[in-house]
Amino acid sequence: MAHLQEAAVKKINEICDRYVNEKTPLMMILSDIQKEYGYIPLEVQELVSARTGVPVAEIYGVVTFYSFFSLTPKGKYVIGVCLGTACYVKGAQQIIDKFSEIIGIKPGETSKDGLFTLDALRCIGACGIAPAVTINGKVYPKLTVDVVPKIVNEYKALEANE
Amino acid sequence: MSKINIKIEGISYEVEAGMTILEAAKACGYEIPSLCAFNHGECSKGSCRVCLVEATGARGLVAACVYPVAEGMEITISSPKATSARRTSVELLLSNHNKNCQQCDKNGKCELLHVAKITGARDDMYVGEQTPTTFDQISPSIVRDTSKCILCGRCVERCKNAHGLGILGFEKRGFNTIVAPAEDRSFAKSPCILCGQCVSVCPTGALMEASEIDRVDEAMKAGKYVVVQTAPAVRAALGEEFDMPIGTLVTGKMVSALKRLGFKKVFDTNFGADLTIMEEASELLDRIENNGKLPMITSCSPGWVNYAEYQYGDLLPHLSSCKSPHQMFGAILKSYYCEKNGIDPKDMFVVSIMPCTAKKFEKERPELSVNGLADVDAVLTTRELAKLIKRSGINFVKLPDSEFDTDIVGEYTGAGVIFGTTGGVMEAALRTAAYKLTGEELAKVELNEVRGFAGIKEASYTLAGKEIKVAVAHGMRNAKVLLDQIRAGNSPYHFIEIMGCPGGCIAGGGQPYVKPCFLPNEDADILDTFREKRAKALYSEDASKALRASHKNPQIIALYENYLEKPNSHKAHELLHTTYQTREKYTK
Repeated sequence: MAHLQEAAVKKINEICDRYVNEKTPLMMILSDIQKEYGYIPLEVQELVSARTGVPVAEIYGVVTFYSFFSLTPKGKYVIGVCLGTACYVKGAQQIIDKFSEIIGIKPGETSKDGLFTLDALRCIGACGIAPAVTINGKVYPKLTVDVVPKIVNEYKALEANE
Repeated sequence: MSKINIKIEGISYEVEAGMTILEAAKACGYEIPSLCAFNHGECSKGSCRVCLVEATGARGLVAACVYPVAEGMEITISSPKATSARRTSVELLLSNHNKNCQQCDKNGKCELLHVAKITGARDDMYVGEQTPTTFDQISPSIVRDTSKCILCGRCVERCKNAHGLGILGFEKRGFNTIVAPAEDRSFAKSPCILCGQCVSVCPTGALMEASEIDRVDEAMKAGKYVVVQTAPAVRAALGEEFDMPIGTLVTGKMVSALKRLGFKKVFDTNFGADLTIMEEASELLDRIENNGKLPMITSCSPGWVNYAEYQYGDLLPHLSSCKSPHQMFGAILKSYYCEKNGIDPKDMFVVSIMPCTAKKFEKERPELSVNGLADVDAVLTTRELAKLIKRSGINFVKLPDSEFDTDIVGEYTGAGVIFGTTGGVMEAALRTAAYKLTGEELAKVELNEVRGFAGIKEASYTLAGKEIKVAVAHGMRNAKVLLDQIRAGNSPYHFIEIMGCPGGCIAGGGQPYVKPCFLPNEDADILDTFREKRAKALYSEDASKALRASHKNPQIIALYENYLEKPNSHKAHELLHTTYQTREKYTK
């Protein structure tokens, strides 16, 4: 816990205290931390454990059970490629492979510059526009492999201009 | 409790409402094959699907271990549908299991193999991918092999129930699920106290002690002067490994077996316990008289010491500086005993037979050595000793009784014997502290206030006009209550005994497994009563001794006269005392 900044410790304790009256507050606490920091490393889990009395192993179990929670920092732009049945049939595998190739990371990984995270998603309920991709919530419908480089370059350009 | 009427296999029975089908069937004389179910729901409840039965009013088959009985319910255990479903459940478990049973130390006490036999599970019915596995053998105490884990969750619950720790948890999801400390770490890199309670409930070979039998073999082969000492709790349980009833005292047979195994000398750790009492009682009185840190807490249990170092670093000055009995004895053997007998301490190899897995870690502590020589060289659990005895072809049950070696060390009093159960160290210490304070022996040496299995026991004694308040806790969940009092500054006690395992050493993580499915002759509630039965064996040995207080042990008196001078002397500190350190919980 030593390398957590004082402000982060304060914030995490404050998040834990939001749910003191809940019977099973763990999911809500972790959800808030995920939203606040983008990931929940072990040091943070130890802090939550100390505050709530829930064992660290149990917290770690919840974090690794739900794919919404992450143990490592996510990139600035999180690319979610739907690999549900409809998207898969429409060629989503080739699309995720293309993202992989261009950015140089495997699904589940984050690029070294912290710009992109590539996630393989199960059905996101957008089968009508298969194959579907989301980037930070923005939906890209009926995507084809040839536009993938263009999309990646757009985000890179956006970053360069900031 | 109200009664209800049910039928099992077409026969009517009256059972208590609120029972599960499994419990009700047991009460009526039926053993439904079950696997993950453990005492009072200390498991993941219904996950293994081995106890499936048919029950009217239920949709499909139900898991007997979680499904409650209801008025008029008709339960069928033996229908083709139920037997075939149970067999399939076991076959599915086996399909993702490392089946190297021949090399597995759990063989003979494996509950999975037991249900496989009962249900008639066939080999390799479902062949396919296996869950990625972890094999952790970094800690000197416990080995975790997830290739044998059936995800029953008993270990997860035991760690939480006994200690409030929850070192182990379910990680990841679906087919990749494993039971592990956070981040699938080694026990050695988590705040695990290495007590081995998880090992004692594990149905398979997924959790085992780290065996040191090879180390002992090598020392013997190298021609070392190999001596052995046995902890008090071992004699109250070793017989169980040879199908003797729980609670059988086998002191004499155990000594015979150890002599036949080729140990040069067979000593009783109780001598070390008597020595511990001399040092600890003096330390306590010194702290009381000279405004030292109070309450003083015992330091015999290495599981408890680990817990203190991880969780209560601020309270370490409250721990007695005394080494644990077998470490003290090891130090005396390699100094006093070697000197008197012309043995080079470098040639001596001390083996401790312990009911404990944490002792394996304890003996590796660099602070528990004198002049670079470890006090103790190897620690074997009670189970490992049984394995050695069986391997050597010794018929344990038929062995005659023998006496421990007592040439210049090794004599012991009843006070040493009761160290093996919760409250025992306290009782032994008070017998001697009372004498030191008042100059008189206690009129009645049995201190019933500190006996028994209540989570926390309290008592108050007036000695030489001084009120001494004491408390006893076992299992870290109970200990935490007393420790938080100290932290808050409102602990009323002078002296506290803490033992790591619930019940104390008699139910330690290195003791013979208590698995009801292998104990058809024991009572149905044996998981609740075995501690008491083993403790009773120790109290009976205490009662049978002529000397029952440590300060009356003639060899202890001689040891001080000839060598140590007096308790807490400079020499005693060099050999018999230790230090503690705060430990980081999750190290890289």
